[in-house]
Amino acid sequence: MSTQTTNEELELDVLESDLETPSAAQGVASGLSEPRAGLIEDQPRGVGAGAADGGSSRLSSLDTLESEAIHIIREVVAEFEKPALLFSGGKDSVVMLHLATKAFWPGKVPFPVLHVDTGHNFPEVIDFRDRTVERLGLKLVVGSVQEFIDRGELAERADGTRNPLQTVPLLDAIQRNKFDAVFGGGRRDEDKARAKERILSLRDEFGQWDPRNQRPELWNLYNGRHTVGQHVRAFPISNWTELDIWRYIERENIELPGLYYAHEREVFARDGMWRAVGEVSEPLPHEEVITKLVRYRTVGDMSCTGAVESDARTVADVVVEVAASTLTERGATRADDRISEAAMEDRKKDGYF
Amino acid sequence: MSTETALLDAGLNSEALPSTLFRFATAGSVDDGKSTLVGRLLHDSKAILADTLDAVARTSADRGFGGEKGGIDLALLTDGLRAEREQGITIDVAYRYFATDRRSFILADCPGHVQYTKNTVTGASTADAVVVLIDARKGVLEQTRRHLSVLQLLRVAHVIVAVNKIDLVDFSEQVFRDIEADVQKVARELGLGSDGVADLLVVPVSALDGDNVVDRSERTPWYTGPALLEVLETLPAADELEAELESFRFPVQLVIRPQGALAPDAVAAGLNVEAYRDYRAYAGQITEGSVKVGDEVSVISPGHEPRTTTVIGIDFAGQSLDEAAAPQSVAVRLADEIDIARGDTIAAAGTVRESTADLYASLAWLSPKPLREGQKVLVKHGTRTVQALVRNVTGKLDLATFNVEPASNLELNDIGHAQLRLSAPLPLENYLHHRRTGAFLVIDPIDGNTLAAGLVKDHPGDHEDERYVI
Repeated sequence: MSTQTTNEELELDVLESDLETPSAAQGVASGLSEPRAGLIEDQPRGVGAGAADGGSSRLSSLDTLESEAIHIIREVVAEFEKPALLFSGGKDSVVMLHLATKAFWPGKVPFPVLHVDTGHNFPEVIDFRDRTVERLGLKLVVGSVQEFIDRGELAERADGTRNPLQTVPLLDAIQRNKFDAVFGGGRRDEDKARAKERILSLRDEFGQWDPRNQRPELWNLYNGRHTVGQHVRAFPISNWTELDIWRYIERENIELPGLYYAHEREVFARDGMWRAVGEVSEPLPHEEVITKLVRYRTVGDMSCTGAVESDARTVADVVVEVAASTLTERGATRADDRISEAAMEDRKKDGYF
Repeated sequence: MSTETALLDAGLNSEALPSTLFRFATAGSVDDGKSTLVGRLLHDSKAILADTLDAVARTSADRGFGGEKGGIDLALLTDGLRAEREQGITIDVAYRYFATDRRSFILADCPGHVQYTKNTVTGASTADAVVVLIDARKGVLEQTRRHLSVLQLLRVAHVIVAVNKIDLVDFSEQVFRDIEADVQKVARELGLGSDGVADLLVVPVSALDGDNVVDRSERTPWYTGPALLEVLETLPAADELEAELESFRFPVQLVIRPQGALAPDAVAAGLNVEAYRDYRAYAGQITEGSVKVGDEVSVISPGHEPRTTTVIGIDFAGQSLDEAAAPQSVAVRLADEIDIARGDTIAAAGTVRESTADLYASLAWLSPKPLREGQKVLVKHGTRTVQALVRNVTGKLDLATFNVEPASNLELNDIGHAQLRLSAPLPLENYLHHRRTGAFLVIDPIDGNTLAAGLVKDHPGDHEDERYVI
């Protein structure tokens, strides 16, 4: 893994502060009579709505989503002092990193990546993470769930999944590194709580999300102001669907960990999912181990992520499969989201992504 | 639950998948069936996958929903938060996604009864179209007038009025025509749909049964127009309408100047390190219009006269483009070495008037903290944030009568006019003509929260208008 610091080397002329100092703004108001204008009296000039669709300026939906994401990534880099990108090696974070390389081309991505290692990760995903960081010359910051468990600051759950345990090491890494903005690959189509998430989402001193008290998000003007101790989670691909992600991966020829594509694997059935056999995912005596052709739709921990039966060996195959799927990706493959109807909302309120 | 994933054996390829993006919002009053309509659109366009539908069906059955029809409560598809399901209300704007063969849709589902102005303003600010619901049994309500008023103010390109629950008035043409006439009358009072600025379409629907939602209904033979989804599939998006009509505007987000710290992956792929040693480009998203290599542009920065130069390159992640249009994110290279920083604007030469520190605006107040004269706030316009002093609140709009009433403060959900003095001049443009460069945020300098959506009005000096005579 690469540990060189590159954040300062790419000189982005973001400048001191984009807040102007006050000038002669005061004391001018007195003595003026008030203009009384009707809001609706001015008639705008014609824009010709309803004109035939078509025209040379049409962008594809992927181009529009890409452009929106790059705009958000650049806004966050310009307005925050120390952003970082949460990188798990999963497809959404890989797409996020790809978008960041496009946003700053030909310069390096000007922020480090942060990974919360649960100790239950698939080994090939960790390997992919390290190769990616090396290839792009990025700094990698790792928060370790295992270290917290070893120190007695976190306890293993009865069900063995470590996904909900990520929150504490995540908040610790954010605080220790003084990250004031953290990019995530969260998408609103993933979950009904995430459907209410803002693109720039304020977190309080405890990392908590307050879904009932969110800032309105208007036009493409993002308000990232925060006070000391608060930080912001930024979700540039909020508006992408699972299918958008896969079509983009296909179009941009983006490399992913191999387990996203169909492969032979030793699995056993549990909770209606195919679970991989591994050190942290051992079958019980009554659970029969069989070899199946599977792939993963999401990549979380070995201990909570299920595989789906699939013969989609290429990205084009996966695009077809996702387009025709009758189950949501989380419903199909994530034990952590089946805990309750509001499992994601509860984790997000505590500071999870 | 099965982990089997259905596979299409043939006939589906990437090229045939949706090609353009369309954003729309919904606005309605209490109990007019908005959540049901949204659920119906998602359900009938097959955007709801089996496990989600199973969960909704279980909850519907638990709550005894459906009565004799025994259906599922489609509203449960959109209420995402625990408190919303417990209280049976929608609290916050929810974003939903679905696609047809022609388009990908982003739907901002705006709650009708809690802070409706705040939610409608938020949803409408990014929408290409807004669907306003009317209950066929109730007709045009005061809240309908308020919704249409907000949409007119925000200059939403297309307004679609869905007259819902048409089944409960026995598919009566007369009821529909009366409501349609009322809607047109309100629209005329507002100036909505006039001058070709916005379309106004009225569609009879039954969200519960699906009439005229996705497919045209046989139960409304007197209605010859398109079903709601057909309308949404064919309307041009706002950027498509405007890119060719408006002048180029490009707020600079940051300057890309790697000075040798080039991306290792780009170098590995053959980037000429020598050629890019002195690379310098201005990164941003084109907010309006389009630009071509060779175009003359003006650079607008505070404290400078506009400086004119020529575009010599438009870069996007290694591609050189000949031209680009809103809403593309690109990096622009210019012929002359000019000191340009975040917050400056690059615009088609000679199309931007002088920057001003006097801001006359309509404000949609979105915070429980009221606005008072003499208050200091922050104004975020494009990529620049400046301090501002609220000099006057000059009136408040009565959304029901469309009259402007005298006011000296603004409270949550009020829409009013104010005059602000900025700490630095900005290239402000009238929102009526410029949806992007005429929009700004008002921010609380203390806690950083967003207080208001701002819409720039003309500078009084530009008017020979007695309303502005001092």
